[in-house]
Amino acid sequence: MERRTIFPGRLLPVLLAAPQIALTAVFFLWPAGQAMWFSAARQDAFGLRTEFVGFENFSDLLADPLYRDSAGRTAVFCVLVAALSMGVALLLAVFADREIRGRAAYRTLLIWPYAIAPAVAAVLWILVLHPQVGLLGRWLNRHGIAWDYRLRDAQAMSVVVLASAWKQVSYDFIFFLAGLQAIPRTVTEAARMDGARGWRRFRTITLPLLAPTVLFLLVVNLVYAAFDTFGTVQALTGGGPGKATETLVVKVYRDGVVNLDLGSSSAQSVLLMGAVIALTALQFRVLGRRSAD
Amino acid sequence: MATLQLHGLEKRFGPASVLAGIDLSLADGEMLVIVGASGCGKSTLLRLVAGLEVPSGGQIVLDGRDITHLDPAARDIAMVFQNYALYPHMTVFDNMAYALRIRGLKRAEIATQVQAAADLLGIGALLARKPRQLSGGQRQRVAMGRAIVRNPKLFLFDEPLSNLDAKLRVQMRAEIRRLQRRLGVTSLYVTHDQVEAMTLGDRLLVLEGGRTAQLATPMDVFARPADTYVAGFIGAPAMNFLPAALLPGGAARLSGGQVIPLPCGAGPAGAVTLGVRPEHVSLADNGIPLTVELVEPLGSETLVHGRMADGTALLAKLPGAAPVGEQVTVALAPDAVHLFDAASGKRI
Repeated sequence: MERRTIFPGRLLPVLLAAPQIALTAVFFLWPAGQAMWFSAARQDAFGLRTEFVGFENFSDLLADPLYRDSAGRTAVFCVLVAALSMGVALLLAVFADREIRGRAAYRTLLIWPYAIAPAVAAVLWILVLHPQVGLLGRWLNRHGIAWDYRLRDAQAMSVVVLASAWKQVSYDFIFFLAGLQAIPRTVTEAARMDGARGWRRFRTITLPLLAPTVLFLLVVNLVYAAFDTFGTVQALTGGGPGKATETLVVKVYRDGVVNLDLGSSSAQSVLLMGAVIALTALQFRVLGRRSAD
Repeated sequence: MATLQLHGLEKRFGPASVLAGIDLSLADGEMLVIVGASGCGKSTLLRLVAGLEVPSGGQIVLDGRDITHLDPAARDIAMVFQNYALYPHMTVFDNMAYALRIRGLKRAEIATQVQAAADLLGIGALLARKPRQLSGGQRQRVAMGRAIVRNPKLFLFDEPLSNLDAKLRVQMRAEIRRLQRRLGVTSLYVTHDQVEAMTLGDRLLVLEGGRTAQLATPMDVFARPADTYVAGFIGAPAMNFLPAALLPGGAARLSGGQVIPLPCGAGPAGAVTLGVRPEHVSLADNGIPLTVELVEPLGSETLVHGRMADGTALLAKLPGAAPVGEQVTVALAPDAVHLFDAASGKRI
């Protein structure tokens, strides 16, 4: 049943809702509106004159090979992050689902990384992977592997993928574990008695029954990798070396804040906003279908 | 098709002993029903045989082979679960074909065998459906089909009918028995329903607190229950138990003072429990006075709940729609009285 509270006047409900509306207006509607406005404008280098140019910023962007490179790079990055974090999380969840000693402690430890701020996570990874400071980085160089993610494109990409995926493993783990525990025990037992073992049982019984969770997490992970990894990437590589780890969000920051091309940066923001809206709508549809089942 | 032997099978969960040394031997094609109150270890016994639990002691021998520590996948045993445990993402056909595919049978062979099993159970028209599109009775049939299509050495039934409504249960009960006879597969059937216990089994194993209380044919268990637990469990409505003292010369005196003659001049004098089934209590002019508390007319018979003068409850099952007043006198059929030791509950 729907719960309704009846207020005597209009003033109180408006006052109660006001803080949230104010927050949304100041921190979302205003900057988003400004981004929309700037995306249709062009300023001179000193910001003295502003000229309305319509969709020119957008058409310039879509024609720009650098922008298309960045989009492609972001796609690769997203797929790698989602695959790595979901793969590792599923593996850990399968182990945590068994009867093991210290299960509660194991689960708690696995959930910790989720509580760590992106920049702090990046610093942790620097302490591990830095060629001069990091434990693993120094070890690699001592053993004749030329490791420096600040100089080599592929190494830089693998580092940001690793750090971003690591932070998301906890989240995926919780959902996978819940999904696994929702599978009736007798169904797995029936499969055991039918002669199915190990990998085959996992592939034919567990994985299909886990499919809704996988689908849901896939959308969540793609959204995370595309929009939520700016802090990690910026702190680890700053988008470099060159443009090797410059994803779309990093490019927005570089073009707008560093290079002061507000028009193009705003146009990119608007495109990203559209993408977020589309993905969120998709996520809601997936979620809706899950609860309808 | 196979023989099954259990030797001193034990199961402990931590300090709690669930099964304390079960010995059992099943002949080829025999159907043994395991009954007992909830928590008596009957489901655990089944899961041990299935291999889903690891025994704490003892041995399981199937067809002459020790399978005690074998993985369930290697045992060639089929189980029908209480909640059916169908694979929800597969069609009925795939549910039944699953085990055959794992064995690597050819596609055409699988189709033939699944079709044959489905026809046997009357679910041939449902093969393309998913479990969620089936009714409870149909799911039950699919679960049975999944078990028989494999042609296993042993069937295990874990309260398979308890999720069905009463009418369907009667129908499936008869069908399970017919199928089991026809296929001749050695079977273990766990239930808490005593009608299923009486009708389905060649023999009956009554478990109490993880021990064998009695192992005999259903009619034997009914006619000569080994102790008061078995006597109270088998038969509906349950047997009356009356405290009494055994007199020399083949009679017993109830705590209310009435003397019941016993046919067999049984045993030494002492405290006993008399067991009388409600159907062996009849109205009599000169008998035990009974204060009637409740009358349940069932049409073909009438259940009379009463109390004797000393407060002991007594249930009588009278034929037909017997008119019953507030006070009646009843007699117990002497040759239908069971004698149990008052302290141990064992049959005398």
